[in-house]
Amino acid sequence: MKKAFGPLAALVGVMFVAAPFVVANAPYESTMGLVQKIFYFHVPSWFAMFTAIGICGVASLYHLFKNSPKADRLAEAAGELAVLFGLMGLVTGPLWGRKSWGVWWQWDAKLTIALLLEMTFISGILVRKYGGPGSDKLAAAVGIFGLAVTPFVYEAVNIWRTIHPLTSVVPTLSAAMAGPFWFCVSAFMLLLVVLLTLRVNLGARQAALDELYLAQED
Amino acid sequence: MFFRTAWLVLRKDIAIEAKSFEVLTTTLFFAVACVLIFAFAFVKEGRPVEDAAAGILWIAIAFSGTLALGRTFERERYGETLRALLLAPAPRAALYVGKLLGMLALLAIAEALLAPMVALMFQAALFSRPLLLVGLLAGGTLGFCAVGTLFAAMLVRARSRDVLLPILLYPIIIPVIIAGVRGTAALLSTPPDDATAIMWLGILGAFDTVFLTLSLWTFEPLMTE
Amino acid sequence: MDVTVGVDFDSVQLVDVSRHFGRRRALANISLTAGAGDIVGLLGPNGAGKSTLITLLATLAAPSKGEVRYGGQPASRLGPALRTRIGLLAHELHLYPELSARQNLVFFAELYGLDPRGLVDAALESAGLTDRADDAVNGFSRGMRQRLALERALLHRPRLVLFDEPFTGLDDHAVGLIADRLRALAAAGAIVVLATHDLDLADGLVTRVALIRNGRLISDEPAAPGLRARYRAQVGAH
Repeated sequence: MKKAFGPLAALVGVMFVAAPFVVANAPYESTMGLVQKIFYFHVPSWFAMFTAIGICGVASLYHLFKNSPKADRLAEAAGELAVLFGLMGLVTGPLWGRKSWGVWWQWDAKLTIALLLEMTFISGILVRKYGGPGSDKLAAAVGIFGLAVTPFVYEAVNIWRTIHPLTSVVPTLSAAMAGPFWFCVSAFMLLLVVLLTLRVNLGARQAALDELYLAQED
Repeated sequence: MFFRTAWLVLRKDIAIEAKSFEVLTTTLFFAVACVLIFAFAFVKEGRPVEDAAAGILWIAIAFSGTLALGRTFERERYGETLRALLLAPAPRAALYVGKLLGMLALLAIAEALLAPMVALMFQAALFSRPLLLVGLLAGGTLGFCAVGTLFAAMLVRARSRDVLLPILLYPIIIPVIIAGVRGTAALLSTPPDDATAIMWLGILGAFDTVFLTLSLWTFEPLMTE
Repeated sequence: MDVTVGVDFDSVQLVDVSRHFGRRRALANISLTAGAGDIVGLLGPNGAGKSTLITLLATLAAPSKGEVRYGGQPASRLGPALRTRIGLLAHELHLYPELSARQNLVFFAELYGLDPRGLVDAALESAGLTDRADDAVNGFSRGMRQRLALERALLHRPRLVLFDEPFTGLDDHAVGLIADRLRALAAAGAIVVLATHDLDLADGLVTRVALIRNGRLISDEPAAPGLRARYRAQVGAH
């Protein structure tokens, strides 16, 4: 993993530099106009958030039952990244909404889902920060329940109201749009991997530093 | 041993509550106060906003439920009796079930007061389908308390537990509140929309199953420091 | 139902146990064995890790590293029945102040699967609370509560008896009673672990002394006269 990290980070850098050009060259969508291009960033950030939630939930479960500091660090990193990618979705979503629905915020199903999940994982960060000793277990509970609640949030909010473009757009994308779209999805997923690695390494170094402080006291 | 322990914990909680009725009376008063505050926000020129009754009912349940959770577990923190319970030789999840049953009983009493009150004050036909209403209330309350009891129990040893309980609990139980509110609102339409109410009841049932299972499974490791 | 069947042990062993919270260390590499009849005094200044050690022995917390063994078996293998053999009296008394002395004892007796008849009356008698049995605990003095808490912790006749600063706020008479009780328990085959920072009380009561400072075990030896002098030499000012 360590050897692959440098090239991987470089690849992600190149992909994000190239992305605007790829997106600009994608076909112009006539009904939505230019704002449709947000789609190439909005949907991939959504994919990345769900992946991060999945990683966080599974790592939390492992930490809870196996008491593994490694899994705890992974859960912490993934939880923070779920918030980060969720934030990207929450910023790009209303930008689209302003143009397509005429208002910045709509109580649309998917926007509301994103907001709820965002809140859940922010609460995970808060409990780590303010919960005192043993808050890793509390954060693990948030991670596990956050993952378990995801399908319910999805289902409940979806029935509650939806005016969102349906997920079925993705498979029906024209070939000319699908290329740039999947390019962006890969870029976001690789970015997730890179950031996750960085954050986990940071956590591992903090833990190593803590050990050194403990050894120093002896 | 499992159900006996749960029953003992429940009976003990009832015995404590029967000495002073502190949690019950404060919870009921707070629930009524919630309804009044929302009445000021949602009644215009003497007429309530459409559908407001369902929302007010569920928000009052969620808020007073949070208050009751905090108070109930504060009792177990004082004298560290929660640790004494954890030292009992029964499976630890039995303690969770006992505390959960106590919370359900408490909120059932609160709802028995709240539902007629909301129906009267907002001219809402809540009781047009009494069985469905009871089903929705039971399903929603179980979902709320299943997660709430687990979180309140694990927060007993955390710092700033008062503020962390709603912070952790609300985002996770919002789907329950949505299901409760929409299901109840379906009952309020004329004529009552049974099919929609039953659909939301199904979602509540699925939610309850998943969250109860998850809570029972994670209670022991979550309570081990 | 007799839940005590199957689990018993005559020694408890800490094997290279550590416990830390991030940068704050509570315990580091502690190895310690206590057997039936021992009264082990865990001595050390406040914040040395004595309470954490008691919590680990009580199965309320898991060690970050290492293992706690009961008769050679780790806690995870023994299951909930292990807890029928452990009794804990902490500084916080584990009593419901709203309930009466009798209600408290009956509740905990039933929680341990015991028949409260007779047992509870005997416990009230030995706490000297027979006259006040039906009064709420929040009307009791510290000494009365402490006596009740002691009986509560010993109701199920635990093999491993854990005491965490049990003498705080007690008068000499009450301290004497608890000390006598400890000796009787050890003589009857219990493993007693007593965490305290009070050397005068420990002197003459404990059969073994484990000194703890900053989460480390700095000595573990049979009790001998002159405890205070050795303590001062090893732990520093007192």
